[in-house]
Amino acid sequence: MSTNVPDTDTENHADTDTENHADTDAQPAPQQRRLAKKRERREHAPQSETNGDTDQQTVELKVFRYDPEVEGKREPRFDDFHVPFTKGMTVLDALIYARDTFDSSLTFRHSCRQAICGSDALFINGAQRLGCQTQLSDLEWPVRIEPLPHQEVVKDLVVDMEHFYEQMDAVDPYFKDEDVPDGLEEQRQDRENREKIKMSTRCIWCGACMSSCNIAAGGNYLGPAAINKAYRFVMDEREDGDVTQERLETIEAEEGVWRCQTQFSCTDVCPKDIPLTEHIQELKREAVKNNLKFW
Amino acid sequence: MTLYEHDVIVVGAGGAGLRAAIAAHESGADVAMVTKLHPVRSHTGAAEGGINAALKDGDDWHDHAYDTMKGSDYLGDAPAVETLCKDSPQETMQLEHWGMAFSREEDGRVSQRPFGGLSFPRTTYAGAETGHHLLHTMYEQVVKRGIQVYDEQYVMELAVTDEPEPEARTCYGCIGYDIKTGELNGFIASGGVVLATGGPGQMYAHTTNAVAQTGDGQAMAYRAGVPLQDMEFVQFHPTTLPSTGVLISEGVRGEGGILYNSEGERFMFEYGYANNDGELASRDVVARAEVTEANAGRGFEDDAVHLDMRHLGEERITDRLENIIHLATDFEGVNPLEEPMPVKPGQHYEMGGIETDENGETCISGLYAAGECACVSVHGANRLGGNALPELIVFGARAGRHAAGEDTGTPQIETGPSARIEDGDVEPPVELGAVKSTSTVADGGTKDDSPRSVVNATLEAERERVDRLMETDGINHADVRSDLQETMTANVNVFRNEDGLKQALRDIRDCRERYQSVGVSDPSRTYNTDLIQTIETRNLIDQAEVLTLGALARTEFRGAHWRQGYQERDDEEWLKHTMVAWNNGDPDLYYTDVLLEGEDKRYEPKIRSY
Repeated sequence: MSTNVPDTDTENHADTDTENHADTDAQPAPQQRRLAKKRERREHAPQSETNGDTDQQTVELKVFRYDPEVEGKREPRFDDFHVPFTKGMTVLDALIYARDTFDSSLTFRHSCRQAICGSDALFINGAQRLGCQTQLSDLEWPVRIEPLPHQEVVKDLVVDMEHFYEQMDAVDPYFKDEDVPDGLEEQRQDRENREKIKMSTRCIWCGACMSSCNIAAGGNYLGPAAINKAYRFVMDEREDGDVTQERLETIEAEEGVWRCQTQFSCTDVCPKDIPLTEHIQELKREAVKNNLKFW
Repeated sequence: MTLYEHDVIVVGAGGAGLRAAIAAHESGADVAMVTKLHPVRSHTGAAEGGINAALKDGDDWHDHAYDTMKGSDYLGDAPAVETLCKDSPQETMQLEHWGMAFSREEDGRVSQRPFGGLSFPRTTYAGAETGHHLLHTMYEQVVKRGIQVYDEQYVMELAVTDEPEPEARTCYGCIGYDIKTGELNGFIASGGVVLATGGPGQMYAHTTNAVAQTGDGQAMAYRAGVPLQDMEFVQFHPTTLPSTGVLISEGVRGEGGILYNSEGERFMFEYGYANNDGELASRDVVARAEVTEANAGRGFEDDAVHLDMRHLGEERITDRLENIIHLATDFEGVNPLEEPMPVKPGQHYEMGGIETDENGETCISGLYAAGECACVSVHGANRLGGNALPELIVFGARAGRHAAGEDTGTPQIETGPSARIEDGDVEPPVELGAVKSTSTVADGGTKDDSPRSVVNATLEAERERVDRLMETDGINHADVRSDLQETMTANVNVFRNEDGLKQALRDIRDCRERYQSVGVSDPSRTYNTDLIQTIETRNLIDQAEVLTLGALARTEFRGAHWRQGYQERDDEEWLKHTMVAWNNGDPDLYYTDVLLEGEDKRYEPKIRSY
C-alpha cells in the first residue's frame, strides 16, 4: 500500500452519502439526481465540519492494481488512496491527484477530460462510466475503481482495446459511396435524415457498452458500438442502396444483430446517451424488411 | 527493438495527421501513422465551432483572406493565408463527400453560421461537435485505405543528421517508444516525417487542451534545429468553464449568446470593449474584457462572468448547440437552458509553432509540420474562430502530398536561419537553454549519414535516455510540471508585464535545473505513463522558455500579446516574426519579415477594430 493521508472525517461522509444514495436511486435524470445530492451535501456540510479537526473532507478510493512484470503487483490487489475532496471533483480528478501525489506508477488512460476522447471508461462502483464525467458527489464512498470487465487487463486500469477496435473494423466503418458530386457541390441531406443519424454519430469508442454486454463477453458478437456504427451508415440517405444491402448482410450474419437479447445494458451505460438497443432493434427490422423484399 | 521503414511517417493522428496520411497515400506513398494515443482519442475531437470556408453565393475567398489578415493583426503571411482561404472550400467539401455529418439547411445543403471577426457567416459546422465529426470521418477514411497506424507509440525524438547549419540537415525518421511493451523502435522515412502533434496547452494550469497536449513535435523540431516562430502569441478562449477549463464554443455567441457581468451589464457594449461586434469581437478582445471586469470587482465567483443563451429558446439550442447543454451540466453543474453559464478565459490555442512554408516543409530537409504544432503562418498574432480546422485539412493535405513527392508549387515563404533580418535584443534575467553541454542527438550525430545509421544512432541515444530516467531515484516530474504551469498562468497570461515575464523566465530556469534530477519511480516496462509524462515535461519546459523569451522581447501590443506600458501596435518596430532557434542548447532569438503581399494585392495594416 503506497499511500495514506490522515483519515479525517471520511467515515462520517461515507455514511451520509450512503443514506443519500438510497433515497435518490429512483430519480430519473442523472443530472437532477446529482443536483439534488449536491444540495443535500451542502446541508450536511456544517455537521461534518464540527466533527472533524479540519473542514477538508477526503474521499477514499479503492483502486485495482496489477502489473504483470512488477514484483508484488502480479497478483491483482486493491490499493486505498485518500484524496482531499473539492467541490465538482470527478473520479478522473481524484485519480490524477492520487497518481501525482502518492504513487506515480498508478496507471490509467485519459486525455481530454471532457467526455469526447473516450479514453477513460472505467468500472466505477460496479458500473461502466467515464472517469471524467463522473462526479464523486454522485457516488457511494469509498469509491471502487476497476478496469472495464470482459477485457484483458494490461496494467492497473488499462485494458486491451484490440478486440473492440477489431469489431469496429468488421462493419466497414467508413462512408462507401464512390458516386459523389464533383468539386464544390455537396450531397444533399435532409435535416430529418441528419437528425436520424445524429445520436449514432456521437459514439466516442470508449468501449463501455461492449464491456457491459454479457453476450459480447468472451465471444465474437459484433457488439453495440460496431452495430451502432453500421446503423449510422445504413440510415444515412447519402449512401446508396447497393451499399446498404452489403451492410445489412454483415449485420445480420451470425455474430450480428440477432445475438442481441435486448437487455439494454449498453444503453444504460453509454456516456453519450446513444439509444444503442433501439438502434440494434431498428436494424433487426430493416434486415427482416430486406429479406421479405427478396421473397 | 524493431526498425520499420515507410516512405512517409506521420507523427500524431488528429485532424492534420489524418489528412496528411490520406493525402500521402493518395499520392502513392507507403505511409504510416505513429501516435501516442489511438487516432480517435486525438484532441481535434474536442473542437466545437466549425470550419471557415467561402462556399456560398455572396462569399469569396478574398473576403475570408482579408478577415484572416485583419484578425491576425497583420502578423499572418499573406501567401499562407490565401492558400488557406482558397483551398478550404474544396477541402471542406471533401469531408462532406467522405460522409461527414454536417448540420443542414432546409434545402439539404450544409449550414454555415457567423463567427467572431468574420464578414460573412462562413463557419461550416456539425452541431457544436464539429471536431468530433471531422476526426472520426477522417479516421474512417484511414481505415478504408488500410493505412498502417502504430497506436500508443510515443515518438521521443527525431533522427536528424548533424551538419552545423540546420538548413543542411536531413530528417530520416524518428524513434518510437511502444507504450504497451516498453520497446524502443526506429522508424525510417525515405520521403519525410510529418509532425502533426498538436499544441502545448499543458504548459498552462487552466486550459481547454487535453492532457496529451504537450507539444512534443514542437520541442523535438526545436531541438533538431528548426526555429519556433511567434510562440508568444497564445490564444486564451473567453468562454471556458471555471472549474475544469472545458470549452464552451464561440458558437454560443455566434448564435446570439450574451455576456453579462455581476452588475447585470452587457459589458462588451457598456464599457466600450468592442465597437459594433459586442460579444462577437475577436477572442483576445473578449478575454481581456472579462479579466478587466473581474479585476474591477464586477465578476462572479472564480473570476467568471456569465454567458446567457436562454433567450435563444430550447429548440434552437437543442438543434445547434446541444452538446453545450451536456458540457455545462456535466462539468459545471449548470443547466444552460435554465441559468447562465459561468465562463472565464482559458489557454486554448498556440498561434506560433514550428516554422514551415506553404507546403508544410521546415528548413530541415524531409521534416514537415502541419496543424497547431506548425506556424505557417495563417493566424499571426490572433487566430479567428473557425480557422483552426481548415488549417488542419488544408496544410495537412499539402504536407502529406509534398512528403510523398508531389509537386505542390514553389513556396513563397522562406524558412530557416537564412530568412533572418535582425537579431533579437533583450536581456533575459537568467541563462537560457541547455543546463550543461549535454548535447541532444541532433546535435551529437554520427559520422555515417545513411538513413539507417542516423536512425540507429538516435535509437541508441534514446535507449540511454530511457535507461537513465528509469534508473534515477529522483524527484517526480509532476512537481516540476505543476510549478511550470503555475508560473505560466500567473505571469504569461492575458495581461503581461516585464517583471512578470522575467519572473517566469527565472521560474522556468528553476524547473529546468530541477528537471536534471527527475526520476521515474514506476519500474515497469508495461504501460509506463510515468516515463512518458516525464519526457513530456521536458518538452513543455523547452517551449515555455521560447514563448516567454519572445513575449519579453516584444514591447508592443499586438493581437493576443498585451504588454503593460506598450499599449499600441508598433508596426514601425514590430511588424516581424519572432524566431527562436535552439542553436545547440544556446537559444538564439531573431526576427524575419512578415509577408503582406498577396496574389493580387497588398494587405495594408489597418487598425484592428471590431
